[in-house]
Amino acid sequence: MSDFVIAGRTLRSRLILGTGGFPSLDLLAAAIEASGTELVTVALRRIDPSARGSLIDVLDRAGVEVLPNTAGCFTARDAVMTARLAREAFETDWVKLEVIGDERTLLPDAPELLAAAEELVADGFVVLPYTTDDPVLARRLEDVGCAAVMPLGSPIGSGMGISNPYNLSLIREQAGVPVILDAGIGTASDAALAMEHGCDGVLCASAISRAQDPVAMARAIRLAVEAGRLALEAGRIPRRRYAQASSPMDGLADLAAPAA
Amino acid sequence: MPAQGELVTVSQQPTEVDVAVVGGGIVGLFCAWRARERGLSVAVFEAGDRDGVAWPVAAGMLAPVSEAQFGEHGARALRLGLAAADRWPSAARELGEASGIDPALRESGTLVLGRDRDEAEALEREAAHRERLGLPVTRLRPSEARRREPALAPTLRAALEVPGDHSVDPRRVVAGLRAVLGDDVRPGAPAVRVAAGEVELASGETVAAGRVLVAAGAWTGELLGLPVRPLKGQVVRLRDPSGPGLVTHTLRFSHVYLVPRADGRYVIGATMEERGFDTDVTAGGVYELLRDAFELVPGISELIVEETLAGLRPATPDTLPIVGEVDGVVVATGHGRDGVLLAPLTGDLVAGLLTGAPDEELLALCDPARFDRAGAAA
Repeated sequence: MSDFVIAGRTLRSRLILGTGGFPSLDLLAAAIEASGTELVTVALRRIDPSARGSLIDVLDRAGVEVLPNTAGCFTARDAVMTARLAREAFETDWVKLEVIGDERTLLPDAPELLAAAEELVADGFVVLPYTTDDPVLARRLEDVGCAAVMPLGSPIGSGMGISNPYNLSLIREQAGVPVILDAGIGTASDAALAMEHGCDGVLCASAISRAQDPVAMARAIRLAVEAGRLALEAGRIPRRRYAQASSPMDGLADLAAPAA
Repeated sequence: MPAQGELVTVSQQPTEVDVAVVGGGIVGLFCAWRARERGLSVAVFEAGDRDGVAWPVAAGMLAPVSEAQFGEHGARALRLGLAAADRWPSAARELGEASGIDPALRESGTLVLGRDRDEAEALEREAAHRERLGLPVTRLRPSEARRREPALAPTLRAALEVPGDHSVDPRRVVAGLRAVLGDDVRPGAPAVRVAAGEVELASGETVAAGRVLVAAGAWTGELLGLPVRPLKGQVVRLRDPSGPGLVTHTLRFSHVYLVPRADGRYVIGATMEERGFDTDVTAGGVYELLRDAFELVPGISELIVEETLAGLRPATPDTLPIVGEVDGVVVATGHGRDGVLLAPLTGDLVAGLLTGAPDEELLALCDPARFDRAGAAA
């Protein structure tokens, strides 16, 4: 498989894991291992990074890097402040930028998102914005200097998969930065489909943390991400309306001819 | 203990007792009471007015069926929870008789509710899981649920009745345990160090004891290097000035619950926050609890807000408690969200350990040895 590079940094795994909603820290640790991920995202607003014996210790032991996110922020101001706190707490310039516009759907607030992205880029951050699947907004985010774009497949935690594959492919076609599908994965096939559509990576949280067996689902989605990427690189066959026999028709034995 | 007439070496320690209990929360007190019932002398060292003690904040749900989780850990937690729930009726009766304080065991059952189609579908998965396990649950139509609880919002979409999940009032339980134990509880006496047969208090006093039991909740990790961490929970406590009756069942939905008391008080909880020993009550925490509860029971808007507070549950990496021996010290902690439910069971398990009659099968589920202490202490 080709390399997955964000802001000059090569990642071995194309799967990014969300850490919220696991039934226990043990299951989180086991799911991280099964997922093969090396980058996990953590909501700064929901944890205290200095509290030991907790989530951060699990991540340290797992040897994964933390991508802080600004979940729970509803204004550009809050998101920028939270990103700066995260930079202090986790000693990283990377931030997964979320600015939510609606509590019920948790859809991004596009104008606030763009404003926050611009400010954080100017402040030296590597910004990975969680965005709607709007190709124009994705382009604008790239234009202000985001290191990747993270369009949703469907709302956070909904498990509805990729609701607008057409938009996703437009975003992929236009983007000069990595495209990471964020939100909406319900099961393994959704992740494979995202990769087949050309996404460079997939972020997955609820589909794993809320599965009946989170560890098995982590492995399933890891394999799906790999399978989807391999299939993309392998190049799928064109669709046809009628069958085409997989064995060649030329040179077939003439069974009607008498044996020599 | 030496037999009569035997030569006794006079201890230089100021206090000597069969069992020194570090921690006067609901688990430590239950263990002390059960140990004393079996003829052991006890001394409970209670840290005092420490912010974040779990039991004053706890709603007191005895809800092993509502709480049932998937997977192997879920199955183990369910075993412990059901064993504990079985003990509560007799434990509550005995405690009420011994102390004169009724622990207010409320056998009114639980309704688990879905407010919209999404929650209804999630509830269906929960119902199917419980049916597979053979647990007693009944699907109710929204109209049936509202006949049982007319204060529920008409927008209700789905309900599951869990007839065996009840509640107690943890403040009354602890008051009862303190009354029964009397002077055996020493308030304002935090421990700074524990070892086999010895407890050192912050005052400098060293207590010699036959056995030491550590039940220090979220603070146990600091004393013993076990992977117990504080898991913050915020709650809102309301009072209905017109008395009880608005809601009679325990109501659960999404991540929130509303537990009625007999006197018209209600507990709405609880957040789950990884914030170390922080016990601040936040606007967002209170808002989310009230918003969700109001959506389901609009009538709560008339109630009086009596308290908003935050407690620290002692949580373990696999959510199961830690009950057993560590370096010659008995430990009972890590009960997480289920401290009130599990307290009588842990009391019996610890009393069995202390008197040489351990319940090996249940103790195996709580074995401290399942954790790597070196790793946890890092």
